Amino acid sequence: MFRRTALAFGLGLAMISPAAAESFTGAGASFPASLYQAWAREYAQASTDQLNYQSIGSGGGVRQIIAHTVDFGATDKPLKPGELTRAGLVQFPAAIGGVVPVFNLPGIGPGQLRLTGALLGDIFLGTIKRWNDPRIAAANPGLKLPPFPITVVHRADGSGTTFLFTTYLAQTSPDWARRVGASDAVKWPAGIGGKGNDGVAAFVRQTYGSLGYVEYIYARKGKVSYALVRNAAGQYPAPAPDSFAAAATAAPWGRAAGNYVLLLNQPGAGAWPISGATFILMHRDQERPEKGRAVLRFFDWAFARGDATAARLSYVPLPVSLKAMVRRQWRAIGGGQ
Amino acid sequence: MTVEPIEVAGPSRAARQDAFFQAICFSAAMVLMATLAGLIIALVIGGWPALAHFGPKFFISAAWDPVAEDYGAAGPIVGTLVTAGLAMAMALPLAVGIAVFLVEFCPSVLAKYVSMAVELLAGIPSIVYGMWGLFVLAPWFALHVQLPLFYVVDPDSFLGHLFEGIPNGANIFTAAMILAIMVLPYIATVLRELLLSVPPHVREAAYGMGCTPYEVVSRIMLPYIRRSAIGAVMLGLGRALGETMAVTFIIGNSHDFPRSLFASGSTISSTIANEFAEASSDLHVSALLALGLVLFVITFAALVGARLLIGQEKA
Amino acid sequence: MRFDRRLFDRHARRKLVNYGFVGLTMAATAVAVIALLLILWSLLANGLGGVGLHIFTMDQPPPEMPGGLRNAILGSLEMCVIGMVMAVVTGILAGTWLAEYGEGKRLAEVVRFLNDVLLSAPSILIGLFVYELLVRPLHGFSAGAGAVALAFVATPVVTRTTEDILRLQSNQLREAGMAIGAGKSYVIRAIIWRASRPGLVTGALLGFARISGETAPLLFTSLGNPNMSFALTQPMGALPTTIYQFALSAFDDWRALAWVGALLIAMTVLAANIIGRALARGSHHS
Repeated sequence: MFRRTALAFGLGLAMISPAAAESFTGAGASFPASLYQAWAREYAQASTDQLNYQSIGSGGGVRQIIAHTVDFGATDKPLKPGELTRAGLVQFPAAIGGVVPVFNLPGIGPGQLRLTGALLGDIFLGTIKRWNDPRIAAANPGLKLPPFPITVVHRADGSGTTFLFTTYLAQTSPDWARRVGASDAVKWPAGIGGKGNDGVAAFVRQTYGSLGYVEYIYARKGKVSYALVRNAAGQYPAPAPDSFAAAATAAPWGRAAGNYVLLLNQPGAGAWPISGATFILMHRDQERPEKGRAVLRFFDWAFARGDATAARLSYVPLPVSLKAMVRRQWRAIGGGQ
Repeated sequence: MTVEPIEVAGPSRAARQDAFFQAICFSAAMVLMATLAGLIIALVIGGWPALAHFGPKFFISAAWDPVAEDYGAAGPIVGTLVTAGLAMAMALPLAVGIAVFLVEFCPSVLAKYVSMAVELLAGIPSIVYGMWGLFVLAPWFALHVQLPLFYVVDPDSFLGHLFEGIPNGANIFTAAMILAIMVLPYIATVLRELLLSVPPHVREAAYGMGCTPYEVVSRIMLPYIRRSAIGAVMLGLGRALGETMAVTFIIGNSHDFPRSLFASGSTISSTIANEFAEASSDLHVSALLALGLVLFVITFAALVGARLLIGQEKA
Repeated sequence: MRFDRRLFDRHARRKLVNYGFVGLTMAATAVAVIALLLILWSLLANGLGGVGLHIFTMDQPPPEMPGGLRNAILGSLEMCVIGMVMAVVTGILAGTWLAEYGEGKRLAEVVRFLNDVLLSAPSILIGLFVYELLVRPLHGFSAGAGAVALAFVATPVVTRTTEDILRLQSNQLREAGMAIGAGKSYVIRAIIWRASRPGLVTGALLGFARISGETAPLLFTSLGNPNMSFALTQPMGALPTTIYQFALSAFDDWRALAWVGALLIAMTVLAANIIGRALARGSHHS
């Protein structure tokens, strides 16, 4: 009888008292999800703290951090300085990647299809409906394109990936800018919606004749073919860590308030035109300082030790100078390093 | 000799226990009611900003533009009603057939197992239906129904427009198929019990007059239970309207009006499931909660209809 | 007697129609049985291969790393058990009120109807409600919120089955108890509840079966957690939400795990249903 009571008491304690080590929660973008989760697993070997990262989309990350329901939010769409001040948030980049158009056309492999921003705009607007449209053929001399209709696959959820992609379209396709605009969730004129980067990759993989856009890691792992996109220098670099890094190095990080920097259409022959950094959002004044410290400890570890994992998963770690700058900015967070 | 005054006893311990116990039971029932009330209140409060902002236009607008902050419920509402309607159209004949088979034609040795199999269908969780729909039904449908139709039917004809859709099997029709399988056991079980409740002398009189089993069932038994049967149908409808997981996987998630049988669409619950965690603006959240309120009202109406038709509880 | 061809034709036609009808009903039943078999077969074919000890000893992994479903299984168990405890307490008491104290009262009819409404309410709305009630005000996703959401889903089921089973108990039992001087609450607790025990257990099992497969109420309440955790104040992983995340992903190993999880849930739910109904039939016969 005593044993049962003691057992129940112990279980009860386990359920309500926080662990001695910190477990903290982050939520947001699906792009860096594989990276943060892989980092989290490695971090568990190096520390007693535990990270729980849930991929619910960049819009969700912003909303949940503003609602104080998570310890940090992750977003591919950086908040503007005004929004940061209003919400009392601090924003810093954690890694760099790129958005890649992916398609499913048996017989045409990765890197064989060439597209431009204007073409992508027309396809996603629904103005270009078939793969063998003369405009696509013009950009791909010598490639045999089938007469099949193009099935556009976009995101059904709010997403920083969508923000990067639609901002790129708005910058390169005046029709798109006029008719749709750029945001993390837009009114898509055509196509079907997949949930998360993985949902889009799964749809593209399953649907013959489809064209979608995903973060690079999902293009590689999702076993779908990626297309090349013409950059500002007129070249067609392959999407890869070096082309994302090339886009990142030229960017004016130090001068941007709130670290609001978009890596789209960066100059340079080898720069991938639809690159972007992924950002972390934390409150300037921490409600629970021990959680804030745990989050910063984690990212400090990730900056110091996580580069190899990032490279293995095809993410681009921040350049050393950027890491130093970000670390300095952490001091602004209540109870920081 | 003194006469002892008669003590008027207060409530005995047993009586106090009775009152206490009754109070506890009553409170539990009230907790249940409070939950429902809280749910409705939360939906009304949460959805009010969107309803006030858009007015009645909210219900007929098919716009869903998070950039311009223009939300309209028509797409998801139509999707909900269409998938539920298609599902009922598919499930109802099947359910009637199963109930009649179990009651009239099935050898009694088999009946136990067959009815257990039908009940098991009801037990499968909706996420399992969702996975099965996405990974098994959708590819099969795309390959064996949609693709052949592309070759056989002229795209500009009426049938061509009817069957227009992306060949990946994720559309309102396949969603309705899954819903039909999910809803069918509920309707079949209730119909079976209703058929069993037809008084034997009515059946036997019909057989005695030389009716074939078909005539007995179609002309005597089914009309006898018609009112309650419709009630059973509406209970199934209520389930179909609210189903989330199975539908989200396979409906294609497009906010537009479905324009053909094989078009992608969305339902209210799939829209909420997809967008709630990430809705970035208050108006977006409010629009989703308003959608939830609409769904609740529709389901409630179906239940009220069922209750009126079925009458009091079938014990 | 003259052979009237017209009667013969009509008779043959009626027979034909009848055979056709019987055939259709058999076909309808076959459709349902085949659907069940197809689903079970898909589950087994896709999920059985992935079952192994590691499912129960390892937590859910990042993509392309080895792992299992331990945290999700334990999380589901914990939230379902806590949810059921809350649901059983509330549901049995509420069902008792409806059956024993609600005779003829208008309020009881209303409560019964509203209980059915809650029973059929889309569970995603219940998840939204608990998000507004517990997650946002308390600034955190939590397993406690998930358990509460599940309790809200299960309570109407338990209430309904409790009321049904209590009504089935013969009044003679009640009268006998009162005849020997027991108070009403004692009669209910010591006699009626005890007599209904198999049915009450059935109700609890059916409620458990229902909530162990529920995903929507957990999406916005317990969120998810790849780490094993028992804390009620932290997010917690659960089988349905993990399956939801993994099934829609583009990673093959995650999808394989999703099938294993689906198989586990389906087997649990089916077992609970079968046991529950067997108990119910047993109690009817006794």
